[in-house]
Amino acid sequence: MMIKVSGLNVTFGQGTKANHVVRGVDFGIGTGECFGLVGESGCGKSTILGAIAGRVKQWSGEIRINGEAVQQSRRELAQLRQQQIVFQDPFGSLHPRHTIGRVLSEPLEIHGISDRDVRIAKVLDQVGLPQRFRFRYPHQLSGGQRQRVAIARALILDPQILLLDEPTSALDVSIQAEILNLLKDLREERGLTYLLVSHDMAVVTHLCDRIAVMQKGKFVEVTTRAAMIKGDLSHPYTRLLRDGSLGYRPVSSTAAE
Amino acid sequence: MLDAPLLSVRNLTVAFPSLQHVLPAVRNVSFDIGREKVGIIGESGSGKSTTGRAIMRLHPAKTQITADRMEFQGRDLLALSERDMRAIRGHRISMILQDPKYSLNPVMSVGEQVAETAILHEKLSRRDARLRAMEMLEKVHIRDPERVMSLYPHEVSGGMGQRIMISMMLIAKPALIIADEPTSALDVSVRQQVLTILDELVTGNDMGLLFISHDLNLVRSFCDRVLIMYAGRVVEELRASELDQARHPYTQGLLEALPSLTEPKDRLAVLRRDPAWAQG
Ligand SMILES: Nc1ncnc2c1ncn2[C@@H]1O[C@H](COP(=O)(O)OP(=O)(O)O)[C@@H](O)[C@H]1O
Ligand SMILES: Nc1ncnc2c1ncn2[C@@H]1O[C@H](COP(=O)(O)OP(=O)(O)O)[C@@H](O)[C@H]1O
Ligand SMILES: [Mg+2]
Ligand SMILES: [Mg+2]
Repeated sequence: MMIKVSGLNVTFGQGTKANHVVRGVDFGIGTGECFGLVGESGCGKSTILGAIAGRVKQWSGEIRINGEAVQQSRRELAQLRQQQIVFQDPFGSLHPRHTIGRVLSEPLEIHGISDRDVRIAKVLDQVGLPQRFRFRYPHQLSGGQRQRVAIARALILDPQILLLDEPTSALDVSIQAEILNLLKDLREERGLTYLLVSHDMAVVTHLCDRIAVMQKGKFVEVTTRAAMIKGDLSHPYTRLLRDGSLGYRPVSSTAAE
Repeated sequence: MLDAPLLSVRNLTVAFPSLQHVLPAVRNVSFDIGREKVGIIGESGSGKSTTGRAIMRLHPAKTQITADRMEFQGRDLLALSERDMRAIRGHRISMILQDPKYSLNPVMSVGEQVAETAILHEKLSRRDARLRAMEMLEKVHIRDPERVMSLYPHEVSGGMGQRIMISMMLIAKPALIIADEPTSALDVSVRQQVLTILDELVTGNDMGLLFISHDLNLVRSFCDRVLIMYAGRVVEELRASELDQARHPYTQGLLEALPSLTEPKDRLAVLRRDPAWAQG
């Protein structure tokens, strides 16, 4: 088991302002598995990812990475290195005045790794970018190329886990296809474990073996790719999300809000 | 289509002067819209919004908009004075944008805005207009219209904002609605509800709808016909139900690149762009 999460709770703020965002979530992800997290905006998907990555610290419960329990604060550098995040908006997550070469060498510097040139050359290759891109700035790249850079940056430390937060949501369909293919190849080649967050049921089903459906901080159902494809689902909310992603169906009861 | 179309566009070209060195953003686009739902799909930057805004003549002053024909109910939109155009905008042709906050007046309560529409279009007294506004908000299935009337645009959710926009169109009854990614910012459950009332509005009042979206599955299930845009051109036009039989390699490529819930593929086809698609 690469990731094991038990009784995870996250609350932001205190007292009357307390916002209990993740409410007792349990799941495990096997080594080399791709696990998906779907649900509507604000349900707590990114917060779970953040807790695993060490970015969100206000959690309680237990998180084990590769068998080892991690702490809310003060994580070892070696431990942080094992899981890397890729965000939705590659533009927002890349420093505008840093060349791609610098973006990629930064994590290596932080972790005190020396053979930087070799590693950068290798990772550019792996994500399908030409070597000359080292000297370019983020604004000189297309959206798809920027997302390749973000994936390269995540891979350069040789992590075992990629935490993917809506990695293709800002991309056009054709570019999304390239990135999804790349992610699929990388997982097979390197035996990576993925946790993929998305609001797009088709994307999650394409990439993931198992899928957790989240609503208001809780898992309402954990299902498999096969069941999702067949529509063999137990929770009405899962069916609503699935139907919605297939296109428009007039709804009879339109009362809301 | 037996009746004359509501809107008839031939060889519409839109060029932004700041981009003189590149091709016009929209080139030789032709289509008709009757009392039906017509979708435009295409990737970002393909010219969908530019087309919608050109019909409303909403581009910056220096923009060059030309067409052999751009007729709405028999009137030449490009020949109208700005004053006549204002009489058409919001009255005969209305627009719904992705973020309703840009369409609603930020300093006016929701109730006042909807009532204002009733005063303008139905010549109602202030008092009757308020009742009418309440009635229309109920029609778009807002549960507590009394409370919503007192809210300001920044206080309402995206889905609620679109309902409010649609409630005003129930009063103004434009002949044509241009909806530019109206549900792209909404969660699935809210999206279905907003689409249902938009469908009721358009179909129930015999309106025409130009529905701009990047979501193929949505357009194919919601619209009657689809225009596919690529690099400023309409490369193909199809009945929505026949999208799977698309003949243009770009349309085919888009469909193949899309991950599918019902027909899973191991790998997604990668679009190989042919420079010829941008020509013509
Ligand atoms: N750092 C934070 N501080 C306070 N509230 C937060 C923080 N991060 C997220 N939230 C809140 O937690 C809830 C869940 O957010 P998030 O996990 O980002 O949802 P999702 O990724 O499913 O859209 C939201 O209500 C959000 O406003
Ligand atoms: N006001 C403007 N000035 C200059 N260029 C513009 C303007 N509006 C749109 N464009 C350009 O026109 C092209 C088409 O844009 P748009 O119609 O918004 O595409 P879409 O809606 O299909 O994503 C893009 O290259 C865009 O940058
Ligand atoms: Mg999120
Ligand atoms: Mg647009």
